[in-house]
Amino acid sequence: MSAVTTTVSEGTANPYALSHLDSLESEAVHVFREVAGEFERPVILFSGGKDSIVMLHLALKAFAPAPVPFALLHVDTGHNFPEVLDYRDRTVEKHGLRLHVASVQEYIDAGKLRERPDGTRNPLQTVPLTEAIQQHRFDAVFGGGRRDEEKARAKERVFSLRDEFSQWDPRRQRPELWQLYNGRHAPGEHVRVFPISNWTELDVWQYIEREGIELPEIYFAHEREVFNRNGMWLTAGDWGGPKEHEAAETRLVRYRTVGDMSCTGAVDSDATTLDAVITEIAASRLTERGATRADDKMSEAAMEDRKREGYF
Amino acid sequence: MTTTAEQLSATTLLRFATAGSVDDGKSTLVGRLLHDSKSVLTDQLEAVEQVSRGRGQEAPDLALLTDGLRAEREQGITIDVAYRYFATTRRRFILADTPGHVQYTRNMVTGASTAELAVVLVDARNGVVEQTRRHAAVAALLRVPHVVLAVNKMDLVDYAEPVFAAIAEEFTAYAASLGVPEITAIPISALAGDNVVEPSAHMDWYGGPTVLEHLETVPVSHDLTACHARLPVQYVIRPQSAEHPDYRGYAGQIAAGVFRVGESVSVLPSGRTTTITGIDALGESVDIAWAPQSVTLRLADDIDISRGDLIAPADDAPPVTQDVEATVCHVADQPLSVGQRVLLKHTTRTVKAIVKDIPSRLTLDDLSQHPAPGQLVANDIGRVVVRTAEPLALDAYEDSRRTGSFLLIDPADGTTLSAGMAGAAFAAAEGAVVAADDDAEWDF
Repeated sequence: MSAVTTTVSEGTANPYALSHLDSLESEAVHVFREVAGEFERPVILFSGGKDSIVMLHLALKAFAPAPVPFALLHVDTGHNFPEVLDYRDRTVEKHGLRLHVASVQEYIDAGKLRERPDGTRNPLQTVPLTEAIQQHRFDAVFGGGRRDEEKARAKERVFSLRDEFSQWDPRRQRPELWQLYNGRHAPGEHVRVFPISNWTELDVWQYIEREGIELPEIYFAHEREVFNRNGMWLTAGDWGGPKEHEAAETRLVRYRTVGDMSCTGAVDSDATTLDAVITEIAASRLTERGATRADDKMSEAAMEDRKREGYF
Repeated sequence: MTTTAEQLSATTLLRFATAGSVDDGKSTLVGRLLHDSKSVLTDQLEAVEQVSRGRGQEAPDLALLTDGLRAEREQGITIDVAYRYFATTRRRFILADTPGHVQYTRNMVTGASTAELAVVLVDARNGVVEQTRRHAAVAALLRVPHVVLAVNKMDLVDYAEPVFAAIAEEFTAYAASLGVPEITAIPISALAGDNVVEPSAHMDWYGGPTVLEHLETVPVSHDLTACHARLPVQYVIRPQSAEHPDYRGYAGQIAAGVFRVGESVSVLPSGRTTTITGIDALGESVDIAWAPQSVTLRLADDIDISRGDLIAPADDAPPVTQDVEATVCHVADQPLSVGQRVLLKHTTRTVKAIVKDIPSRLTLDDLSQHPAPGQLVANDIGRVVVRTAEPLALDAYEDSRRTGSFLLIDPADGTTLSAGMAGAAFAAAEGAVVAADDDAEWDF
């Protein structure tokens, strides 16, 4: 017995077919414009990492030829790669954007946050981020989070409601139907918005290539002094490595994600071009974070807990 | 990921939803799709193998690939819509993985709302049960263009063709009676991998596609461009800069149909007409654009247009109304009552509204109608009559999913109360009316 239907094979036959990148781009632009139309004080979280770079690129396209009607906010851990900070500042300059920086280092120096024994600062970003949102009264905060990154994110909404403590309550998240996003919130609350929710790592890279978007150099293979900690190649530096029992060596590496120097691992790679990077990723047998992020390895529920506390 | 070069070329994107319960093997089917399409990566699989071994299971439990929040892991159920991503050389997929228990109708409705295809799972040993009919009804209600019936656990019925044929026939007849336009039945074993990604060696009698082959070849978005053209205005772009002193563009995502430069259009609800002088498609000027592209239209006349207006062809504009009759799925924990003041969000327009009447509640199991329920509670499907404070350019949901749908929102705390579909509930249905002394108008 055969199937009940026959289907027409697609492709060039359909004049109205959109490529998957066009579909995703169109959806993300729709989200940016919704927020511009419905919120008073939106801000884009910008780390200088590839996801936030793609977000900014989409925002620029969404409002052209007018400027992006949002400011940028960077939560600076104090352990950022210098190449990334340089990229951030050049980008802000180039597009005439306004940048707010929330500094983890300032909080530590002021005694409001305490350095963790393991030296990682990613978990310390939550308080400066939350206070910056309160201080500037941002009511919509764009994040580059993607649902494919991690299991706790598979259920994240495009519009994610947060209370005045930035907390995420899975039971308070509203169902999202069709393309109708409900951003209503009480004063003091805000909405985290994820325009590239439906993108995968490969989509992001393909889009970067298609659009000719410039990235910080650390995404491409380069020689770097690294040392091995917990099975990851970390970059040597003043932030806390290598320690006595750890040996530094020079390797040809690149970064798949850009976070804190203390918890972002490099991968061995000779991919010096976008094309080579994409080929490497498509062939990769390790998910993006599994290979390179120490903080996601903590526990299966770690991300869920941190999201509840107001993390990205 | 199996290949690189081929995969990197542009492919199309299919959004689909799954409906079925844990017992039907839905998590295993999803896990199998991800696993056999090589979308599961080494570290994810290692984690699953580790947990499976810890539980004393011989083979990795693929269902674990799709476990999400801690509450679910503890309860062993799926409590919300989870979105999953995978790709083959032919297509990119976004899967809305929705739980199938009765109390989670709202999740299924949510997942189906953006889906172009729905996979309904049944256990070959049980055949079409009440829940199957409910899943078919949700797919029909949400006007999902393609429905796949996956008859699972064929290995437990000795891969017998008559078992499959009987279930396929019963389901197809039922779904067709609800107006589902296209139904494809596939016999599978998610556990053993028959006909999910690889063709089955046990079912020579089946000559159709595997689940994945069907997902790869079903047409996408074709129905959107064949519809009446609609562009809800999201935002007005006015740089007022030295470089662009006079630029004024109306930005939005084309909800349906095709727009062309030179076309005469109406702006609703005002009804003023003008001509499209330019279309900017994210950085390039084009002569033609179609759903679901995000574009900016430039118009000949300087008429007053703002967010919430709808641009449509002058000779094919939707009616403008303040009286909405619709089927809703109630998605909030707090009820919806007759007389309640709400906000109604339709496309890019949010207006005040009042619930005038709730003529009936619908039981999805048998499509029976219960007149005058007074209120709807979570997971109820019902008919509502709503009066809005301002006119809406509203299509029937059957004509246009994006411009025929709306949300009802609680003005007090912003909760999304109900998901609405304007017009008739089903394309065709034979509802068993429980009480005939009610004179509510049903389109069944």
